[in-house]
Amino acid sequence: MTANASTNAKIDATPAEMQKIENKPKNGAEILIQALQEQGVDIVFGYPGGAVLHLYDAMYKNPIRHILTRHEQGAIHAAEGYARVLNKPGVVIATSGPGATNLVTGITDAMIDSIPLVIFTGQVATNVIGSDAFQEADIIGITTPITKHNYQVQDVNDIPRIVKEAFHIANTGRKGPVLIDLPKNISNAIFDESKANVPDEVYLPGYQPTYKPNYLQIQKAIQAISEAKKPVVLVGAGVLFANASEELVEFVEKYKLPVVTTLLGLGSIPGNHELNYGMGGMHGAVVANNAITESDLIINIGSRFDDRLTGDTSRFAPKAKIIHIDIDPAEIGKNIRTDIPIVADAKEALKSLLKNDFKAPDTAGWIDYLNNMRTEYPYWYVEDEKEMLPQQVIEMIHTITNGDAIVTTDVGQHQMWTAQYYLQNHSHQWVTSGGLGTMGFGFPAAIGAQFAKPDKKVISIVGDAGFQMTAQELALLKEFNLPVKVIIINNAALGMVRQWQELFYESRYSQSLMPVQPDFVKLAEAYGLKGYCIRNMDEAEKILTEAINSDEPVVVDCRVKQLENVYPMVPSGKALHEMVGVKRI
Amino acid sequence: MKRVITVNVINQSGVLNRVTGLLMKRQFNIESITVGHTEQPNISKMTLVVNIEDDVKLEQLIKQLSKQIDVLKVNDITDKAIVLRELALVKVVSPPNLRLEMNAIVEPFRPQIVDTSKNVVTYQVIGHPDKIDAFIELVRPYGIKELTRTGVTATVREVQQNFYDQPTLSLLK
Ligand SMILES: Cc1ncc(C[n+]2csc(CCOP(=O)(O)OP(=O)(O)O)c2C)c(N)n1
Repeated sequence: MTANASTNAKIDATPAEMQKIENKPKNGAEILIQALQEQGVDIVFGYPGGAVLHLYDAMYKNPIRHILTRHEQGAIHAAEGYARVLNKPGVVIATSGPGATNLVTGITDAMIDSIPLVIFTGQVATNVIGSDAFQEADIIGITTPITKHNYQVQDVNDIPRIVKEAFHIANTGRKGPVLIDLPKNISNAIFDESKANVPDEVYLPGYQPTYKPNYLQIQKAIQAISEAKKPVVLVGAGVLFANASEELVEFVEKYKLPVVTTLLGLGSIPGNHELNYGMGGMHGAVVANNAITESDLIINIGSRFDDRLTGDTSRFAPKAKIIHIDIDPAEIGKNIRTDIPIVADAKEALKSLLKNDFKAPDTAGWIDYLNNMRTEYPYWYVEDEKEMLPQQVIEMIHTITNGDAIVTTDVGQHQMWTAQYYLQNHSHQWVTSGGLGTMGFGFPAAIGAQFAKPDKKVISIVGDAGFQMTAQELALLKEFNLPVKVIIINNAALGMVRQWQELFYESRYSQSLMPVQPDFVKLAEAYGLKGYCIRNMDEAEKILTEAINSDEPVVVDCRVKQLENVYPMVPSGKALHEMVGVKRI
Repeated sequence: MKRVITVNVINQSGVLNRVTGLLMKRQFNIESITVGHTEQPNISKMTLVVNIEDDVKLEQLIKQLSKQIDVLKVNDITDKAIVLRELALVKVVSPPNLRLEMNAIVEPFRPQIVDTSKNVVTYQVIGHPDKIDAFIELVRPYGIKELTRTGVTATVREVQQNFYDQPTLSLLK
C-alpha cells in the first residue's frame, strides 16, 4: 500500500486532528468520491482491481455504499435495475482491462434501452497507455459506439467537472450510459482546487436537448387528434423516463383514446385500465396489433418504432397518419415515416396537449370495436393434464402479488409470457431487457431493484438458461439478506430458440435443449438460501404463495412443459396483422 | 447522391473516432473526410463527402451526427453556393522527350511541379474534385506512379443567390 494509507480517518481523532485530515490535500480518487456524493450517489455496484485501488481505498473511508457483485456483468445489470426503478443514474465501478470489458454487454444494453448509468473504469497509468501494458484495454475505443458519451480523464483537476457533466448527460435528454476512464496515476495525483474549473450549471454547447414541444406542431397534433376516427396512443419507455404516467392517463381518459404499449412501455398505464389494449408487437395482443393496423392516427409517445414492435415497417399502420413525440430527434423518421414530428420530453408534450382544451374525437364506435376484439382474442393457452404451463405459473405469481410487485425478467419465452400475463398496476416496476435482449440481465437487475426499493417485493422471473449466465450473484441475496424471489421457468431448453427451430426449422433442435441442469434447489442451498422445486399447480399455489410472502430470499425451480410456445406471434418479416396463433385451438 | 457535409466539433480527443465510427456503424459510405482547425480555438471542422441513397438516410446522418455531445453544428452545404477544393499530388512517368508535351497538355489545370527527377515529375493540382478527376484522366496514359489526394474541404460563399430563383444545381454530381 502507498503512504496514503496513513490518512485513514481515525474515529477517535481530536478536532485538531480532524482539521488536519480535512486540510490534507486530496487525491483524484478522493475527489471523485466527493464528486459522487455531490451528485447524491449513495450506492455503487462494482468490482475492484489493480487500476482502481486508489479509488477503493478512498471508498474505504467513505460513506458511499459499495456493493461487491461476483462478476462485473452482475454489477452493471444491477445498476440498470436500480436506474429503471428509481429513474436516476446507476453507478458502476470496474477495474481496467478485463474488468472494463466485462461491462460491455451491460453498457450496450443500457445504451439501446436508454438507461442512465455512470460507469467508472480504471485505466493503466497515462505514461504507459498505448503500450499494451498489463490489463490495458482501449475501453474508450471499445465503448465509443455504445455510450452516449465517454471521457478519459487526463488531468486530476478535471474530475469534478467531468463527473458533473457525466451525470447531466446520462440523466437528461434521451438518457443513456456515460463512461469515465480513470488512469491509475490520475486517481492518485494531488488535486488542486484552484485549477479545477467546475461550472455551477453544466453547459455543453453541443448538447442542448429540447424539452418543450413546438407550439405549431402541438396545434397540428391537436387538429389531427380531433379529426381522427380511430386514434391509437402508442406508448414507449419515453413516458416512463419522463415520469409522465399521470399525464398520460389523464390525457387518454380525457379524450377517450385507446392505448397500446411497447414491451418497455408496460406499466406506464395500469395493465387493467379499460383504455389499455396491451402490448403490441411480435408477441403482443391481437387487439393491440389490430388497433395499430386499423388505426387512422397513431400518436407515438416515447417509443422508437423498434422492429419487434412494428413488424414489416413498410406495412406498419398502413392507414394511419403518424404523430411521433420523442426527445431524440434522430428517432423521428428513422424507421417509420412521420407526418407530425414533435421533438419534446413526453411529460412536456402531454402537458401542452392537456393545456389546450380541444374537441374530443368521437371514438365510441372504435372503442366498441376494440373491446369486442379484446374479448374475442385474449391471450390463450391449452391446459395440459400432466404438465404445468409457464403461463399458469406467471398468472399465479400475478394473483399472489396482485400485480403490485417489481418484476424483472430475463430474455426468452418467459419474458414474453410475463409481459403478457403479469399486468403491472404501477409504473417503474417492470424491468426487462428490450432492445438488446440480454440473457443474464434479469436476476442481477432484480438485485439492483431491491437495493433501490428495499421495502418492495421484487420478483425475478428467469429462464433456466439465462439464469445460469449470472447465477453467481445469488451470493448477494445471502450477504445482504435481499428478499428477492427468483422464479425459474425451467423448461430445460433455450425455449425461445427452440420455438423458432420448431416453427421455422422443422423442429431441428440444434443446441437448444439443455438436458443437464444443476439442481437449482441445491444451488440455492449452496449459497445458504432456501430453494424449492415445483412440478404442478397444486404445489405451485402452495409454495409460491409461501415463498413470495416470506421476507427472505427464495429460489423456486418451476418445472414447466418443455414444448410450450409463445403465441400469438408475428413471424419475422411479416406485418402486424399477419399474426399466427391468435386463437385457442 | 453525393452530399457535402460540414461538421464543427469540439477538439476533444476521441471525437474523430466517434464521428467516423458512427458513419461506419450506420453504414454510411464516406467518399472523403478532412479535418482541421478553424478560426476558433478548440473547434475543428470536418468536411465529409458521402454517398447517400435518399433523403431519409441523409436526415438520419445529420441527426445522428448532431446528437454527439462534442458535435456543435452539422450542415449539408451541397445545395448552397460553395467553394469546394481538394489537393492532389500526382507522380507521373515523364521521360525527357515527352516532358514538354506533357507540360503543355496539363497547362489549363495550372498544376505546380513540386518534384522532378530524370523520368518522373510530380504535379500538385488544386481545385474542385471534378477538376482533379479530369487532370488524373489526362495524365493517366503517361503512367501514374503514385497518386494521393487530400479529400475535399469546403466553404460556403458569402453571397448566396436567392434560393428560389435558382434552378437546383448541385455542384457535385
Ligand atoms: C446473451 C445472449 N445469448 C443468446 C441469446 C439468444 N437467445 C434468446 S432467447 C434464448 C433462450 C433463452 O432460454 P431460457 O433462458 O431458458 O429462457 P426461455 O426462452 O426458455 O424462457 C436465447 C439463447 C440472447 N438473447 N442473449
